Amino acid sequence: MYKLLLCQRYLRSRYIALASVISVTLGVATMIVVNAVMAGFSSEMRLRIQGILSDIIIETRSNDGVVNAQMHKEMVERLIGNYMVGVTTTVEVYGMLSFKYGDQFLNQPVTLIGIDPATKSQVGPLVDYLQSYRPQENGTEITPADRDRSHVPDWSLSPNATAYRQRIAANEREMRQFTNSIKQQRHGDDGFAEDGPVQDPFQEPGMEMPEQEAEVGQLQTGRLYVGCNLISFPHVDETTKQVRTVYMVRPGDDVKISTVTAGTPAPAYFDATVVDVFKSGMSEYDSSLVFCNLEHLQHIRKMVKTDRDGNETRAITSIQIKLKDFRDSEKVMEILRNEFPPDQFTVRTWEQKQGPLLAAVDVESSILNILLFLIITVAGFGILAIFFMIVVEKTRDIGILKALGASSSGVMSIFLSYGLMLGMVGSGVGVIAGLLFVKYINEIEALIAMITGKQIFDERIYYFKDIPTHIDPFTICWVAIGAMTIAVLASVLPARRAARLQPVRALRYE
Amino acid sequence: MTTVISKFTAPQPVNTRETIAMPEPHIAAFSVEKAYRKGDHQVPVLHGVDISIRKGEFLSIVGTSGSGKSTLLHLLGLLDSPDIGEVQLGGQRIDDLPARTRDELRNRVFGFVFQFYHLLPELSLMENVLTPLMIRHSIWGYWKRRREYQDRAREMIDRVGLGHRLTHRPSELSGGEMQRAAIARSLVGHPEILLADEPTGNLDARTGREIIELLSKLNEQERLTIIMVTHDQSIAAEAHRTVKLCEGRIVPHSEAA
Repeated sequence: MYKLLLCQRYLRSRYIALASVISVTLGVATMIVVNAVMAGFSSEMRLRIQGILSDIIIETRSNDGVVNAQMHKEMVERLIGNYMVGVTTTVEVYGMLSFKYGDQFLNQPVTLIGIDPATKSQVGPLVDYLQSYRPQENGTEITPADRDRSHVPDWSLSPNATAYRQRIAANEREMRQFTNSIKQQRHGDDGFAEDGPVQDPFQEPGMEMPEQEAEVGQLQTGRLYVGCNLISFPHVDETTKQVRTVYMVRPGDDVKISTVTAGTPAPAYFDATVVDVFKSGMSEYDSSLVFCNLEHLQHIRKMVKTDRDGNETRAITSIQIKLKDFRDSEKVMEILRNEFPPDQFTVRTWEQKQGPLLAAVDVESSILNILLFLIITVAGFGILAIFFMIVVEKTRDIGILKALGASSSGVMSIFLSYGLMLGMVGSGVGVIAGLLFVKYINEIEALIAMITGKQIFDERIYYFKDIPTHIDPFTICWVAIGAMTIAVLASVLPARRAARLQPVRALRYE
Repeated sequence: MTTVISKFTAPQPVNTRETIAMPEPHIAAFSVEKAYRKGDHQVPVLHGVDISIRKGEFLSIVGTSGSGKSTLLHLLGLLDSPDIGEVQLGGQRIDDLPARTRDELRNRVFGFVFQFYHLLPELSLMENVLTPLMIRHSIWGYWKRRREYQDRAREMIDRVGLGHRLTHRPSELSGGEMQRAAIARSLVGHPEILLADEPTGNLDARTGREIIELLSKLNEQERLTIIMVTHDQSIAAEAHRTVKLCEGRIVPHSEAA
């Protein structure tokens, strides 16, 4: 009883000891914040990777794919129909995206993925990534979403994009009329024969547009969803210091795509209309992926075979499957691996496909945890030093207690439980502080940015508007228990010293 | 050991008239020697001291500073153990008992009063007085009977005349009050032997006399064995018997009244 009473009194009267646990508090709070943010990043990233890749991916080893997409799709449905929500087939090739911005053509290497939007949106949250489904925020202006989420994604232009394209087309028509009238005027005025169109001396050979046969304003057969980072750049307004995204290409514009595969089939190039812009938040995807209409890509890549009866078979390079419950993945993988021969196909979950990246995040997180825990351990040495001080200061009291019959273990447990209480206070306050910090992390970030005039969490780098956080109760318990253990361990040596004090020697202390 | 403890804590018949005439010594030290080590040197403090105190006796030990009187008191009270010789309680050797048993004896058989009162500064007067009982009982055992113990402590505090100071901290008490509180603390566990180390050493003459009167009263009323160390002859004269220590040896001294 006297142990608890004394502990409680020491806790209330020794502020120096409370000061020693501030480092524990800070360590605990930091660990919670760091873990929450890292888990937030990691889970956000996993969500996005999974969103793009779906749960299970069957890929062909050859770039040319396998013929008969329909047959394979049906096979998958037959094999694992009970486990899955959706399945989609895709063709993946490498290519080059070119578009005109200002006076020059910009080229970007891209991964061109032929998809069927309707089935693709069954295997992943495609709708979440397409800009026309989201309210757009650019700087301070917010425009409402162009499309309702009930609209199944397809290759048609959204109302806004259609309006935009019509405006462009109207301009174009006006322009043509104007040039035609000038041509006619010239023709009529001075009788110079027209030798053909005037050549732009700076135009690169091979980059010229294929002859525009199509009617102005009519959509191209090739339709694209383009990754947002490919066609935009962030721009900081010098006066308002706000980040604004500048789009070089907008839905409704035409761009050029060329495939770069050597050998068969030969590289091809085509014009395509950008139907939508997608932003998954994974910069790796947003700056390299271009989704194209599957049929067109198969056609361009000569993946459509017609047999003598006129039946079409189309080749694909991968099948993406979304499961009802990802926990079934092992069972499903087992079934699929048996049916899809490994010399032609690789069957992987999204985690396996992105294994190194996910592993890297895990390693980073655990290294950070080890480092932070070392900081708490350092704080433990602070407690050790201050406890020694307190034991020296309390030598007389220890002597009194022993004279009154307290056992050595009793005296020891005073200081051990004092350490435990300090640890509990320290980690308790730390947990609360950490959780509050995590809750208001964006406000804190804004405040610090306002004070220092420097943005800490730069949207341009991380592609998140807000700092993602995820609180794992298990981690919090683990951190708190760890900190308390360290506080107790740090008090073991001083407590032993106190316990071994000779009562007579302690009482002489005057 | 429980037999030893139970023997010591068994209620004794109260008989004030026969106190001095009890033949069997209550507590005794036989040729105890004690030396302290200071650096490389052994500093001998006690050179074979024999002393025995009868039940209900009020003994005072006098001597100059460094004569070893406090050390002798500590040896008797098991705060320290002798290098040579033995300490007996009721005819049984107690200085070589295991640490836990000695702790328990200190708690149940001895009560200590020190020159510098040695109250715990963090606790109130009431809590200070309750400390020996808290040490004696487990948390649960104490909690169950806390009302009874608190009553006992209050009664004890009333007896030393501090009933109006229950919630005060030691820093808010005067020297005399602190020493009374220390006496209340030493008595709350109903000890058999009170060991007082210069109980008046830090007090003015009048307060000192009050304390001694309190001790005498306790000795008479409770048949409490008291061993008091002092260097003040007039204080020592209050005891039944006075023993003089000089350079670690007992020297002949006239018997007190």
